[in-house]
Amino acid sequence: MLLIPCPFCGPRDQIEFTYGGDATLTRPDPATASEEAWAAYVYLRDNPKGPHSEYWHHHAGCRAWIKVRRDTLTHEISASAAATAPLAGEAGKP
Amino acid sequence: MARYSIFSLARHALRHHEDWPRAWRDPQPKPAYDVVIVGGGGHGLATAYYLAKNHGISNVAVLEKGWLGGGNTGRNTTIVRSNYLLPANARFYEHSLKLWEGLSRELNYNVMFSQRGVLNLAHSDAQMDAYARRGNAMRLNGIDAVLLDRDGVRDMVPQLDFSAAARFPIRGGLLQPRGGTARHDAVAWGFARAADARGVDIIQNCEVTGILREGDRVTGVETTRGTIRAGKIGLAVAGHTGHVAAMAGLRLPIESHLLQAAVSEPLKPLLDTVVTSGAAHVYVSQSDKGELVFGGDLDFYNSYAQRGNLPAIASFTTALIALFPGFGRLRLMRHWGGVMDMTMDGSPIIGKTPLRNFYIDGGWCYGGFKATPGSGWVFAHTIANDAPHPLNEAFSLERFASGHVIDERGAGPVPGAH
Repeated sequence: MLLIPCPFCGPRDQIEFTYGGDATLTRPDPATASEEAWAAYVYLRDNPKGPHSEYWHHHAGCRAWIKVRRDTLTHEISASAAATAPLAGEAGKP
Repeated sequence: MARYSIFSLARHALRHHEDWPRAWRDPQPKPAYDVVIVGGGGHGLATAYYLAKNHGISNVAVLEKGWLGGGNTGRNTTIVRSNYLLPANARFYEHSLKLWEGLSRELNYNVMFSQRGVLNLAHSDAQMDAYARRGNAMRLNGIDAVLLDRDGVRDMVPQLDFSAAARFPIRGGLLQPRGGTARHDAVAWGFARAADARGVDIIQNCEVTGILREGDRVTGVETTRGTIRAGKIGLAVAGHTGHVAAMAGLRLPIESHLLQAAVSEPLKPLLDTVVTSGAAHVYVSQSDKGELVFGGDLDFYNSYAQRGNLPAIASFTTALIALFPGFGRLRLMRHWGGVMDMTMDGSPIIGKTPLRNFYIDGGWCYGGFKATPGSGWVFAHTIANDAPHPLNEAFSLERFASGHVIDERGAGPVPGAH
């Protein structure tokens, strides 16, 4: 069972959350992005075997979107933050 | 290869089964091969077999990091079917099903293929309409399909809850009579033995740790048993397609997810078909050992852990008991997890890559086992000819960027949703 540390509510059971996928992608600028950049954004993923930054939605709690760093091999969670804040050790990208 | 038959069985029985020859060799890796297949599961071994048999390419190595069939070949729930709506899927999986129908004879190895039927339950009028449409599409593609009403389902599976209070009322179902199950380990062993007999080197305990590139060309692999040069490299690594392709510098339209399954204690025969319910998110069959084999949804987050968490098990077990109230008395015997390479449209990727001599057979989502012979057949063709067969040209890696996705569920680019 994953115990997900919501930055607003504290540690909560995974069944309160919905997974939101890779949190490292940046939406291209529609005014200037090439088709290749769009295809990469929509379809391609790093899919790491190890630490993974990802979104979760605390739908049965505070209903906020949050960001979590979780190891995809061990399921260990090492950091969490509000969706718009950087994770610990992450560059200050919003 | 010493052929298996009733006579060889009798002969060895007289010798107390003490001198059966080993089914395949255990060779040291050679410095170079024409083709290296990464992954010694059903798909990789089938590819090697068809490379040797159909294309005369037998200077082939299959590299397996663990033991044969120890990955997803040994973790799936053994269902074989071709009940697809979209033409590309229907043609490909039907080709695979036809290969299954002759496989035990082809390999001289009993894969215990049992065409006990696959029944998809409908619980609403809308689902009946959808199954009528899918059944018609299947029949137009030459695939067997029978639309059952409520009484038709009751005749086949009376154990289902047909009471007025049923949580999932049964409206009917779509049956593919030629679908069924097979013995998953036997598929890997049968292809291994037949490929080995045609000169393929099967090398276990040999993990690929790097892929050698010269410009836009791959030239070999680094492994835990040394460097092996290769004219061509084919990946058949199931849930690790993204991980191994990253060694060659490729990013793929794949997320690796976790899928669990479970078996009950063994019972006398009581369920003689495969029953699935998309609405309840569960499927079940009974193995030849008597265990009920069942599973459901993904755990819905990226994972390479090969072990899952309780919420998914609780979800599909609850659904199973809602459909079959009598199963609530049974004890759970085992549960396990495997890594699925979920693609962005829910269909596999079988074909060429931006790198020369580098081919991918992956992205099998929930359904790689049934594709085993078909996948090996078309992948061998693709590697041998450096071009896809008409049966797999739609499953190209480029289809995502070009907009030709094959999205059976219409779920969009959300891998966990397929």
